[in-house]
Amino acid sequence: MTTLAERPSASRSRSPFRRPLAETGLGSWFTTVDHKRIGILYFVSAMVFFVIGGVEALLIRLQLATPDGQVLTIDQYNQIFTMHGLTMVFFAVMPLGSAFFNYLLPLMIGARDVAFPRLNAFSYWVFLAAGLFIYSSVLLGGMPDGGWFGYAPLSLVGGDPLGYTIGDATTTQTIAGNTVAEGQRMVFYSLGLQIAGIASLASAVNFIVTILNMRAPGMTLMRMPVFVWMILIVSFLMLFAMPVIGVALWELMMDTSFGANFFDPAQGGDPVLWQHMFWLFGHPEVYILILPAFGIVSEILPVFSRKPLFGYTAIVFSGIAIGFIGWGVWAHHMFAVGLGPVANSAFGLSTMFIAVPTGIKIFNWIGTMWDGRLRLTTPMLFSIGLVAMFTIGGLSGVTHAVVPHNWQQTDTYYVVAHFHYVLFGGAIFGLMAGAYYWYPKATGRLMNERLGKAHFWIQLVGFNLTFAPHHILGLNGMPRRVATYEDGYGWNFWNLVSTVGAFVIALGVLVFIINLVISYKRGAEAGPDPWDARTVEWLTTSPPPPHNWDQVPNIRARDELWQRKYPTQGQREQVRVPAGGSGELEGDVAPGTTAPTEGTTGATQSPYTISDPGYDKGVRHDVHMPSPSYYPLIAAFGLPIAAYGVIFDQPAGFVFYAVGALLVLGGLFGWVLEPPTDPSAEVAHQ
Amino acid sequence: MTVDVHSPESTADHGHHTSLGISNTKLAMWCFIGSECLFFGALISAYLIYINERADGPGAELFDIEFTSASTFILLMSSLSMVLALAGIQAGDMRRFRIWIVATGLMGSVFLAGQIYEFTVFLSEGANVTVSPFWSAFFLLTGFHGVHVAFGILMLIAAWASSLTGRLRMENAETIENLGLYWHFVDVVWILLFTLVYLIPALGGGGS
Repeated sequence: MTTLAERPSASRSRSPFRRPLAETGLGSWFTTVDHKRIGILYFVSAMVFFVIGGVEALLIRLQLATPDGQVLTIDQYNQIFTMHGLTMVFFAVMPLGSAFFNYLLPLMIGARDVAFPRLNAFSYWVFLAAGLFIYSSVLLGGMPDGGWFGYAPLSLVGGDPLGYTIGDATTTQTIAGNTVAEGQRMVFYSLGLQIAGIASLASAVNFIVTILNMRAPGMTLMRMPVFVWMILIVSFLMLFAMPVIGVALWELMMDTSFGANFFDPAQGGDPVLWQHMFWLFGHPEVYILILPAFGIVSEILPVFSRKPLFGYTAIVFSGIAIGFIGWGVWAHHMFAVGLGPVANSAFGLSTMFIAVPTGIKIFNWIGTMWDGRLRLTTPMLFSIGLVAMFTIGGLSGVTHAVVPHNWQQTDTYYVVAHFHYVLFGGAIFGLMAGAYYWYPKATGRLMNERLGKAHFWIQLVGFNLTFAPHHILGLNGMPRRVATYEDGYGWNFWNLVSTVGAFVIALGVLVFIINLVISYKRGAEAGPDPWDARTVEWLTTSPPPPHNWDQVPNIRARDELWQRKYPTQGQREQVRVPAGGSGELEGDVAPGTTAPTEGTTGATQSPYTISDPGYDKGVRHDVHMPSPSYYPLIAAFGLPIAAYGVIFDQPAGFVFYAVGALLVLGGLFGWVLEPPTDPSAEVAHQ
Repeated sequence: MTVDVHSPESTADHGHHTSLGISNTKLAMWCFIGSECLFFGALISAYLIYINERADGPGAELFDIEFTSASTFILLMSSLSMVLALAGIQAGDMRRFRIWIVATGLMGSVFLAGQIYEFTVFLSEGANVTVSPFWSAFFLLTGFHGVHVAFGILMLIAAWASSLTGRLRMENAETIENLGLYWHFVDVVWILLFTLVYLIPALGGGGS
């Protein structure tokens, strides 16, 4: 067989750098291409952004705790609520999803890494660069202040009717000897999100190829864990949604920085175009945020109910249905725009339709728990929390689909209540469930259960204290995005309750972070399979070796590990398989009925030993893992540097353009010319 | 006996290792092209919405259909030479491959030069992104297409250069196939753009 070392071209190094080959040490984190370490990098960075976004939320709630709040000026408030939205959506929840995708995807499908490990590292560094870039606006004239939706032309340059300056390109300030036009805040928005979009696009391509092409032998599509299915759907959503917002953001940047007329009504530009493009991206984006959490609870609920997932096929196909229908509902964000009764009715109907596959999932999760032997561990509590809280958010979502009702709710706190119930009560609860569930896999140690349960209950109470009052405030007419409100509207009490609740959530998150930190050293030893789980990521050691498996497992069932542990003809346990549940294996060897190699009951041999028929133990397996590389990092940080070229006036701008372009192109060429695996790299032996 | 279990990227060269039988890189290229469809779709939508928003500025009468037809023809012919370059490398005839890959790059460059010339003419006649939504959308759409052609040319040059150093050989024919997918996609987009951007406004009576 061909090895890389036999390719003559591969042995010649063209790199100006020595290839970084260290697998340990602080420096190795900058050059790693291991999907597990990249997953950890994603998780840690996203948690930092989550805390920043949370502090912004606390500032918002402090400002709104009492009428005529004086904590923030109006200008500061606009920046803070915009950055809260941007941070949570693009730099906390999406990358937290990516953290789980990265860490688990290869482990769940029995692969050694993703299809393109260096592209994966590139995605991470681009995401980080985008976050740093958009937050660097603090030092350069202020943060974006036009809302996360950035409605043009309101987000374009100009003062607002009340005389508060949103931005003014005519005034400039001098920073380090260079002039920067003020009112560049939305330029940071458009460029920062575009850079983040490149990261999402690269991840999407990478994950789709990995899932479709890198599955272990026997891992058919319908045997994949539901979480992997959700990654696949989310990746397709990102693949098609990101270019749409990319174009909208380019047009916004052309308007703000280069005087183009895409959205300026005075010149014939159409403000509704921005709304269409934004929400054509924005609604699939909602499913990009929630589907990973749905996948996570679909893994956790069966494990702690000790039952197979109820209605695997229905859950998978409802996920696919959400992926499709999600493209046909965007104008429900625009019912008040005046698109006319036909468009409003059509989008109202499609919005009601999309509640059906979501409802199917909810019922299947309940069906999974029904009559199960529930173990109320922390991951299970958070999963049940998602099912309950998301249902509340889903129901208020259906009320938005009713157009006349929607007109009453548009731009009120009722909408804020709805999307926090689905995105905090849904996505964040699910992601935290995943964190407690897979932490032992990544670190080898369990998180503290007592602190975990305290975290759950504090957060559940705080969450409902914060966001349930928003329903009432919204129905009483309190508008969104106002920096302050006057006394006498009857909003005072519930606003105060909401602020108290926000601090209770903050306490819960603090407990979570403490738990993450102390369990790393002091948690109980986990072993490969602490939860008695069902899927193959628990087959390998905790934490897994860099190459994941000495030998890639053969997959014969959906709940492969469970079937290895509890063969139905064995002495240990009979698995009850409900009709329509997973575990049906038409046309295949019945799971566990033939013990893999030794032909006796599975109980005599550890199920964690991979023993597959046809595996010749005399063969020495050399595993060439891709070597670390500097180039993803170099190419990624070229992007924000080039973006500063738009921010700074000439000639400094040209310098930024040139340096950025040089880094990106140089990084890409170095990347292409170096072999994926360095010939001098050590080989992992079994 | 030693069996090599290849790392993910090294298996990309051998399609038969993958679950679908299609290589990782080719599947990735198809995914990327799918994404690009939405990208150009959004740009084209903006152009079509603004096709009559000229704000008293110049309009489609500036288009020189004969000139653009000629450069369109050259770009389309570059797709033919791309196919011939791929056939060359697949047959192991590196001389033939180099001739046609250089021809492809040259035709792409002629097209790009034509577009730059056209832009300078439009600019000199008072059309630029600030004039009207029509010209904003025109320059962004055709400009992005030009950027795609330019990146394609860069990759063609890189392929040509690495064939000279012996890095790119018959075994890597699939790299050229993937590059060809990209190049053909960019050409197909131009067929759409030539029709929608140049022909419809200029011939459809919207030129006044």
